Amino acid sequence: MTSLPNNPGAKKLGLVIDLDICVGCHACAVNCKEWNTGGHSAPLTDENPYGNDPIGVWFNRVHTYEAGDGANGRTVHFPRSCLHCEEPACVTVCPTGASYKRESDGIVLVNADTCIGCKLCSWACPYGAREYDYADGVMKKCTLCIDRIGNDNLPERDRVPACVSTCPASARHFGDLGDPNSEVSRLVEERGGYDLMPEMGMKPVNKYLPPRTRPVSTASNTTAQDITEPVSGGSGSRFLDWVDRALSR
Amino acid sequence: MPDDIRPDSKYENVDLSPPVSDEVKATTCYMCACRCGIKVHLKDGSIRYIEGNKDHPVNKGVLCAKGSAGIMQHYSPARLSQPLRRVGPRGSGEFEAISWDEALSTAEEWLSDIRRTDPKKLAFFTGRDQSQSLTGFWASQFGTPNHAAHGGFCSVNMAAAGIYTIGGSFWEFGEPDWEHTRYFLMFGVAEDHDSNPIKAGLGKLKTAGKAKFVSVNPVRTGYSAIADEWVGIRPGTDGLFVMALIHELLRTGHVDLEFLARYTNAHWLVRNAPGTAGHGLFVRGRNGKPLAFDRTTGQIVEASRTDIDPAMRGSFPLHDSAPGDGGTETHSVPAFQLLLDRYLDARYSPDAVAAKTGVDAAAIRRIAAELAHAAFEQEVTLDVSWTDWAGRTHDKMVGRPVSMHAMRGISAHSNGFQTCRAIHVLQMLLGSIDCPGGFRYKPPFPRPAPPGPKPAGKPHQVSPGAPMAGPPLGFVTAPEDLLVDESGKALRIDKAYSWDAPLAAHGMMHTVIRNAWAGDPYPIDVLFMFMANMSWNSSMNTSETMKMLTDTDPETGEYKIPKIIYADAFQSEMTAYADLILPDTTYLERWDCISLLDRPISDAEGPADAIRQPVVEPDRDVRPFQDVLIELGVRLGLPAFVNSEGGARYPGGYPDYLANHERAPGIGPLAGWRGENGDSHGHGAANPDQLARYIENGCFWKGEFTPSQRYFKHANKDYLEYAAQMGWIASPDQIVLQLYSEPQQRFKLAGQGFGRVLPPVRFRERIASCFDPLPVWYAPFEDSHTDPAAYPIHALTQRPMAMYHSWGSQNAWLRQIHGWNRLYMNQKSAEGHGLKDGDKVRVESPYGSVSAVIALMEGCNTDTVWTWNAIGKQKGAWNLSKDAPESNKGFLLNHLITDLLPPKDGYRFVNADPITGQAAWFDLRVRVIKDDSVQLGDGNTKALPRAPGVKPAKKLSRYGAQFLPSGNWRRNRKGGAT
Amino acid sequence: MHPAYSVIFFTTASGAGYGALVWMAIFAATGTVTPTAWTGLAAFAVALGLVTAGLLSSTFHLGHPERAWKAFSQWRSSWLSREGVAAVLAYVPALLFALGWIVFETFEGAWLIAGIVTALAALVTVACTGMIYASLRAIPRWTDVTVVPIYLVFALASGGALIFTVFAIIAPPAPEWAWAVAIMIAAAWALKFIYWQRIDAAAPVATAESATGLGRIGRVSLFEAPHTSDNYIMREMGFRIARKHAARLRIIALLLGAAVPVPAFLAAGLFSGVLTAALALAGVAALAAGILVERWLFFAEAKHAASLFYGTDTV
Ligand SMILES: Nc1nc2c(c(=O)[nH]1)N[C@H]1C(S)=C(S)[C@@H](COP(=O)(O)OP(=O)(O)OC[C@H]3O[C@@H](n4cnc5c(=O)[nH]c(N)nc54)[C@H](O)[C@@H]3O)O[C@H]1N2
Ligand SMILES: Nc1nc2c(c(=O)[nH]1)N[C@H]1C(S)=C(S)[C@@H](COP(=O)(O)OP(=O)(O)OC[C@H]3O[C@@H](n4cnc5c(=O)[nH]c(N)nc54)[C@H](O)[C@@H]3O)O[C@H]1N2
Ligand code: SF4
Ligand code: SF4
Ligand code: SF4
Ligand code: SF4
Ligand code: SF4
Ligand SMILES: [Mo]
Repeated sequence: MTSLPNNPGAKKLGLVIDLDICVGCHACAVNCKEWNTGGHSAPLTDENPYGNDPIGVWFNRVHTYEAGDGANGRTVHFPRSCLHCEEPACVTVCPTGASYKRESDGIVLVNADTCIGCKLCSWACPYGAREYDYADGVMKKCTLCIDRIGNDNLPERDRVPACVSTCPASARHFGDLGDPNSEVSRLVEERGGYDLMPEMGMKPVNKYLPPRTRPVSTASNTTAQDITEPVSGGSGSRFLDWVDRALSR
Repeated sequence: MPDDIRPDSKYENVDLSPPVSDEVKATTCYMCACRCGIKVHLKDGSIRYIEGNKDHPVNKGVLCAKGSAGIMQHYSPARLSQPLRRVGPRGSGEFEAISWDEALSTAEEWLSDIRRTDPKKLAFFTGRDQSQSLTGFWASQFGTPNHAAHGGFCSVNMAAAGIYTIGGSFWEFGEPDWEHTRYFLMFGVAEDHDSNPIKAGLGKLKTAGKAKFVSVNPVRTGYSAIADEWVGIRPGTDGLFVMALIHELLRTGHVDLEFLARYTNAHWLVRNAPGTAGHGLFVRGRNGKPLAFDRTTGQIVEASRTDIDPAMRGSFPLHDSAPGDGGTETHSVPAFQLLLDRYLDARYSPDAVAAKTGVDAAAIRRIAAELAHAAFEQEVTLDVSWTDWAGRTHDKMVGRPVSMHAMRGISAHSNGFQTCRAIHVLQMLLGSIDCPGGFRYKPPFPRPAPPGPKPAGKPHQVSPGAPMAGPPLGFVTAPEDLLVDESGKALRIDKAYSWDAPLAAHGMMHTVIRNAWAGDPYPIDVLFMFMANMSWNSSMNTSETMKMLTDTDPETGEYKIPKIIYADAFQSEMTAYADLILPDTTYLERWDCISLLDRPISDAEGPADAIRQPVVEPDRDVRPFQDVLIELGVRLGLPAFVNSEGGARYPGGYPDYLANHERAPGIGPLAGWRGENGDSHGHGAANPDQLARYIENGCFWKGEFTPSQRYFKHANKDYLEYAAQMGWIASPDQIVLQLYSEPQQRFKLAGQGFGRVLPPVRFRERIASCFDPLPVWYAPFEDSHTDPAAYPIHALTQRPMAMYHSWGSQNAWLRQIHGWNRLYMNQKSAEGHGLKDGDKVRVESPYGSVSAVIALMEGCNTDTVWTWNAIGKQKGAWNLSKDAPESNKGFLLNHLITDLLPPKDGYRFVNADPITGQAAWFDLRVRVIKDDSVQLGDGNTKALPRAPGVKPAKKLSRYGAQFLPSGNWRRNRKGGAT
Repeated sequence: MHPAYSVIFFTTASGAGYGALVWMAIFAATGTVTPTAWTGLAAFAVALGLVTAGLLSSTFHLGHPERAWKAFSQWRSSWLSREGVAAVLAYVPALLFALGWIVFETFEGAWLIAGIVTALAALVTVACTGMIYASLRAIPRWTDVTVVPIYLVFALASGGALIFTVFAIIAPPAPEWAWAVAIMIAAAWALKFIYWQRIDAAAPVATAESATGLGRIGRVSLFEAPHTSDNYIMREMGFRIARKHAARLRIIALLLGAAVPVPAFLAAGLFSGVLTAALALAGVAALAAGILVERWLFFAEAKHAASLFYGTDTV
């Protein structure tokens, strides 16, 4: 039954996304689409692909927000996919057991052969991470590239999610957030990685690294000082002595 | 990375290791011009997955959104599938299918005629193409000077400003030293050609967290969004901003004089004889070598001598007298003195420019201080010894870690050349050219500033039935080099290298249709174009352009542009205007060459080039354009393409040409694995299995510089000798950076009426004021003729990272991300205009009007509106449905951009940079008027018909289902829509 | 939330059906009606008819109706599964109850117990339906404590009104029962009114700032959605109804669902025979319309947390 794993393994595979360097290029979203439309959940159907209001199944979508205003306002690109929550309602509400969380690594998946397409899981997910495939009549979602990360047919270095390996800015990291010493855990530690909407109680595994606060000025006061200190300009002015210092070629 | 992914069969038996593909083929992406290495996974003959090649020098394994959507481009329903001949009127899109033999014979017939009589009557222009070394070569073989690629409407003024100043340039021809830089200043970049390298660089820079990244851009999106500081400058005013930075650095003495003395012409003496023909030119010795004043000996000596202490300011009497000096004693001053005089002037002070640029003075001062701090207090030292041009060895490489990058935000303005030169001057003052932490050249750059040769096309160089003596494109340094007749009239159809655009280093594709239509400077017979959507997003004044393409001569009823041949792979807007269409393959179906002779993929660490190999067979009757061009060459008997018997010299077509063509002895399209046994790189005899070696290596070749060759390339002996040996430069001499640009002064003088070759009177004032040996700022031309009160807002476009110009819209995946475009506007200014988010508006310029939906944002300059580029489409183009949002909600800003400025004493200049002819897309000024009744979309009621052989597009795409195990119910599930 | 008609019909119809079963048990226990084949047939046709129609309609919106049976498997964790199980189980006592009433025409002993168990099963099923919604944290307004009671009273009100009317036509019970129905209806709307008060007053549970975590920087607004075309989530969760519009519909719901039926049934209690039947009939019709509006609003007024990523400020 799709009560949550009663003895969840220590391993919590997930993504860490660095909002400080995400340039919003959509590479992760499209590469995800490309891999997965031929992968475990194939196909990621597109309706009206060449017509009005095309609508397709995507496991990863990149939003752009503006936060704050005036001098400290900023634009933040925000990729969003399934967060592989520790206590995901999308699993507990499922009447068929199609929606489940893997005990061995916490990946949340949908079994397309038992899903009846009742859509209740998508109502239960606060993050809008479920993607209903109208054509297949079943729910689909980010699989954390379950068919890549342990795929013996791929070279070791390619056994990471498609979105991670393609991110041009290296804003995406994949790893075991259950292991406090993993690279991703350390990143989260150092950069104050956070959960989305903790108030929903889903305990997301994926973490987001916040945009860094900006350096006010990199110039030491002294330089800032002496460069802004007024000097009456104009050629020949004695203030231009520096031009006369001896030079060697 | 977590190992052991275990089966967890409690709920489902997931196949953790499905076989990905039967076969993986390496090639080069062409979803944009960045040219990343890709690996294409093939399963049962169709494309399962395209991934980045981790070993490739450009992308190191990553792919952008476009590249990741290659599958949908390759299987696009808009692909042309056979040669076509126009049957309906031009623009109607009515064609009949013809055989390749018919198509080629038609082209041959049209072209051989011209070649026999007057080769100029062929205008051969190629757009987004990556084989300019072939197309340019083909043009000169044909004998027409009327050839260019897309550079003229792209960013030629950036290229030219760089080449004439530092012998290299931005674009993808240089890069910041991402690893060592401490301060990165980016001007007007949304994406650029180096799509992935820039993203990777920024990621690296920000992850390391040691550098500050400042983005100067009216809009805070994309890269600017992750900048540590966003400078929301007013469009067209960067020149002033940069000159104010220069002002501050000079005022406070934060300048690397040593660097200037060693590597630039700052100390060269300039003749100061106002009102004479020699004024402002370098003082040269008998041997023509420039001179400098040596403070140790008090003598005027050769500037290149290394044993002198050159004066950087002062005034030195000249006893020789130059022609025109009237024998009187004149004075000379170091170039640097002139620079001090200019930029210390109060009109370049931060306070003076603040209002115009919209950047407050304090911020400008602070940024100047930060630049100075990074450059002079955060020096980077590499323990690498190197030898300078004069043979002196230095045990360390010391760099000023300030880097800069700029692109179309600067270039798409009529003052772009001068602004870009100002940026290079700033770099030189800080001593941050090709040093650790600074801007770095990518080979084959640096080249002499500027390099030879001159453009061919003078009357004596163009003769019927014969190749042209030299390439159609080159670098002019004086009025004498221009391609104009005695009266000053242009000799090229695009008026490149004429007084309209003297330094038009890339030609002016954007003027060809207008000039061909007007028969100005002369009528042509055949317009032959390749890979440019010239009736739509790559032309200014789109609506007018479509009229010119279809306009007929009232007497004869003939089209004003008699014959149009166009090679495209897809049913773009432009195909509707062709008389003969030569359908190309997709990038996964052909051989291509990314050559050092053209636009290579080198990085600062070493040269690189690459190929494309066919990874899938075309399923249509299409042919690679390069093969077609070579075959036409044979049919027309172009010497370089036929053998002694008049047969094909490259019977194997393009691959044959790639392996065996030699441009100069030992130098061919590809640098890797040359020589009989493929062991020499750069030069060497043709190697019959060169292509095989490329394929083995992932379809690219990458050379590595020794550590001692990696910086100061303009003055690095080891590097210069290597470059000379590779044939990139003629001699291993130091490449002196041109702080002061003499060619500029030569043209200025001509504008002032000095010299043998003078501009027609109506050009003089403009030439005299826009050309200047030291960067100047003048307002974008549009400001001077468009009433700023009536049209108060600057209108811009930006590259969407997930779209490539017009061709991304046929892509089922990318068009979901950008299916239509809105007009973005600053929240506060919108309130001022009484506009709300979602309002329908008319956007008007003096030249046209489009309708749009408004979207409001914080991060936008208050005098600026913008939209994503080239999203709006013509109804029916790209095989999109009649009701597609691209043509029913989206809009194309180009309708508002004029291609000609209003008449000035009877003459209309191109709406372009007056120095290089670079199209001034971003000079546009508009007004925005709320209008709930406007009809959104392209306004056409009729959709372009599908060309013969172009099948109706799918209503439902289940691509990928075919890869499921047979027997899986989803594999052959039918339809089932919403 | 997008108000899907199949779901609205299912919840209202089956609700009424189960409510009716409860009242039938009460009538049986109190001997208000006499067990005849004729009255039994009529009552069960209406009650089980509605329940069955509702259950069937709930499978229409499934992507794979043919797999619907799989939905019984997760009763340990899923309220939807529990509802399904309860609904099916409820048929067992209900059919026995029917057997006694229609075939053996008796309410004696075991047959009556079957009736009472039926009533309990019906209430449990309706409670499960309510819990499906009340348990969705992603739709904060639905987690209000009144949601399950509301489903229950509305089931009883609509079921009561219906079954009273049926009997009023074929075998009139003591007219005073109409007042019980009127009270139920009034209670239902009173509770609904409280629900509306509470959701209007409720503090936001999540915001665009907390959804994105960017509140640390400042006010968060959507600059660009991921795609220019919409997607499943936007269609399903993105549905928004203007406050004005909602307020108007609430009034309409109250007028149709309360202002008409309550007096109608009060009046029905004063008379007998044709007049009572006529009044009840009118009351039922108006009530049904009112409840459909109420149910439509239940969805349309609920904001889903996922909409925070698409420009909604708070939920
Ligand atoms: N308003 C505004 N206008 C602009 C710009 C702007 O910033 N703002 N930018 C300008 C700039 S910098 C440029 S470079 C131009 C770009 O504009 P274009 O050069 O027109 O580029 P595309 O729109 O990509 O069109 C290229 C054409 O090549 C075709 N094509 C694609 N793949 C192949 C192939 O494999 N073979 C062949 N034969 N054809 C192919 C496409 O179908 C399309 O018709 O736009 C310019 N126009
Ligand atoms: N994804 C994608 N990549 C592409 C292309 C594409 O179509 N799509 N096109 C390719 C081509 S042909 C080219 S030429 C390159 C161009 O690459 P970019 O140079 O990035 O071209 P644009 O997108 O026009 O970016 C112009 C930027 O300058 C800003 N800007 C406009 N006016 C000013 C100004 O006066 N001052 C300053 N400081 N900024 C200003 C605009 O806001 C915008 O951000 O991109 C190449 N790469
Ligand atoms: S690929 Fe990387 S940079 Fe691009 S949108 Fe995704 S996370 Fe951001
Ligand atoms: S994000 Fe949504 S779909 Fe993913 S696990 Fe959490 S609740 Fe389930
Ligand atoms: S849609 Fe499928 S996965 Fe989701 S709850 Fe229903 S049955 Fe479970
Ligand atoms: S992990 Fe895989 S499925 Fe999930 S978003 Fe990334 S690419 Fe898509
Ligand atoms: S940047 Fe993207 S589209 Fe351009 S070549 Fe690289 S992967 Fe292909
Ligand atoms: Mo371009």
